Amino acid sequence: MQKGTIQNSDIFLDNIAKSLGRERKETVIRPTWHHQPQWDVLANYTQNQLVDVLEAQCKSIHTDLIRTCKENLNETLLKVIKNFHGKTVMTSDDSRFEMFGLKDHFNEYKQREDIDVHTWDKTDGDTSIRVAERADVGITFSDITLAESGTVVLFSDEGKGRSVSLLPATYIALIPQSTLVPRMSQATKEIHRQVENRERVSSCVNFISGPSNSADIEMNLVVGVHGPIKATYIVIEDQ
Amino acid sequence: MPMHIGEKEFSSRVNKGLEDDFMRGAVRSAQGRLQTNRAKAADELGDWEEWRYLGQEIRQHTMENLDFYLKQLSEKVAERGGHVYFAETAEDANNYVKQVINKKNAKKVAKSKSMVTEEIALNDALEEQGCEVVETDLGEYILQIDDHDPPSHIVAPALHKNKEQIRDVFKDKLGYTNTEKPEELTLFAREQLRKEFLAADVGITGCNFAVAESGSFALVTNEGNARMVSTLPKTQITVMGMERIVPTWEELDVMVSLLTRAAVGQKLTSYVTALTGPKDETEVDGPEEFHLVIVDNGRSKILGTEFQEALHCIRCAACINVCPVYRHVGGHAYGSIYPGPIGAVLTPLLGGYEDYKELPYASSLCGACTEVCPVKIPLHEQLILHRKKIVEDEKKSGFGENVAMSGFGIMAGSSRLFNTATRMAPYLVTPYAKDNAISKGPGPVKPWTDIRDLPVPQKERFRDWFKSRKTGG
Repeated sequence: MQKGTIQNSDIFLDNIAKSLGRERKETVIRPTWHHQPQWDVLANYTQNQLVDVLEAQCKSIHTDLIRTCKENLNETLLKVIKNFHGKTVMTSDDSRFEMFGLKDHFNEYKQREDIDVHTWDKTDGDTSIRVAERADVGITFSDITLAESGTVVLFSDEGKGRSVSLLPATYIALIPQSTLVPRMSQATKEIHRQVENRERVSSCVNFISGPSNSADIEMNLVVGVHGPIKATYIVIEDQ
Repeated sequence: MPMHIGEKEFSSRVNKGLEDDFMRGAVRSAQGRLQTNRAKAADELGDWEEWRYLGQEIRQHTMENLDFYLKQLSEKVAERGGHVYFAETAEDANNYVKQVINKKNAKKVAKSKSMVTEEIALNDALEEQGCEVVETDLGEYILQIDDHDPPSHIVAPALHKNKEQIRDVFKDKLGYTNTEKPEELTLFAREQLRKEFLAADVGITGCNFAVAESGSFALVTNEGNARMVSTLPKTQITVMGMERIVPTWEELDVMVSLLTRAAVGQKLTSYVTALTGPKDETEVDGPEEFHLVIVDNGRSKILGTEFQEALHCIRCAACINVCPVYRHVGGHAYGSIYPGPIGAVLTPLLGGYEDYKELPYASSLCGACTEVCPVKIPLHEQLILHRKKIVEDEKKSGFGENVAMSGFGIMAGSSRLFNTATRMAPYLVTPYAKDNAISKGPGPVKPWTDIRDLPVPQKERFRDWFKSRKTGG
């Protein structure tokens, strides 16, 4: 990718240094913070305990949580899609759909239930966006799942479009239990590690906690604004 | 809309607020809910004070090394193919954005909520050159539709409006036919704005926190509009105040955790979206072109002064939600898009004492703001500093107060004069007193007695009573 431009940097930053009463700094070492309470949250919880925390938190973010195993995943997913009156479904292009044995079943959905399942197509963006926009259900896998806040973390890439979890009327997150961590700290630590190792950070990292909502009218909570109106998490035992 | 809002005179803005019963009721109930939610979220963490210390330490370190982190940020953004423009003034920032929009020949801009673009009056600048700007945050959208009514709260901008008013605005301006139920109003806005997102040529967002180490920035939202704005339009422009930055992703975690709890009592908002550059070449949604505009607009003048901590603010509005003055006068009375305690500190720094010398006095100095601030800004102490500066350096206090204060200094500095004055006081006020109270006071006493009575001084002085009191008992 071509490098971008930077304008007016020196005069602007010189001015800041001057206000701070010193020369410009060329290196700064990030200190070790004196207080680090974030690492104590849900420390030493087992994966099963973290699922319990996630389940409890889902109640306060208007999200249904269903636990299932790999064998029952297909039936569980189909039930949730039907519950959302899903006729058109958009999924991300993620190898885990195959790994968890869903890909083959998607072909049957059409015959069995008249449900169209589309996969995000990296070769045809306009069509993908258009389909996602009119889809009833969007489905993605969670890359990292935060128990404390009930959050699925999605790293965008060519197969994992930003629109899949955004444009459809409802959203289903598939959560392999092994993706669970206590809180945001573990996810951002992982991204910090990527940066330190000069790995490429995704152009869009989404931390999603339930359906969209707003309290802008008289502080009344309305669930469902611009993003999905309803959300369900399906936690899959995978270890 | 620039930083200044409403009438010029502070007292008329305050009176307008005091007379608006609905607004005052709405503010009271909103404050109640937000306070409770914040306190609950803080309690749940168990060690909230530790978190606050951490937040404060991060903000301090970042401000002290701001030039370094901004340079790192800009280089990383450029590495990922984004363009960075450092804007010293509001005009510089607006001109750059206009230039990008002209080059793209863009007709429609979709914006997500951003206080700094309000501060620099970006919408006005774009509309002047014939570009349609659509605010997509529900609260901001309501205000924009209602002939650009100014925001009254930095997190819930339309807090001062009730659902009937909103229904009528939608009815008059957009042909809305449903009821005043918030669900129906919101669904209507969803349908209207969906079309706008899909049609917009350019998306403009603010920035909650930029991350220096990777050239990323995070948007903290609930509605999903910022995601729309950063997913659908081909060009994205992000405008940030220069202080809105953290060193690494690890500090982003801490600041976001503090922000969502302090602002609305959520563990995280529905969406925290962290973006780095434009979309990758192999991705098919997200902007093809990305511009980051970093705005000074008076901030560097605050650095290195006793007010530097005001730049630590993360715009959570917790101080606004506990302020007894805000509770009574509402957001518009402050005459600034930044209301409440942080507004009373920040607005005079950005806009000058000339227009905002009353704001540091719009506080009871109860210190509730300082107590809830997630990054421990000593807000009420900053207000006292302002008052000190206004009186000492700027000599801007009223003439009557000056005379009275210097008179008081002479009188209190001499025991003979003090004795005489305190003996005379009950008699001097006799012409103004009625039923042991003064309800129409002269000169400097007048603003007080306009609102409440002033008790008349007792005939027996404390010192005389003390001398003649019976000991023991």
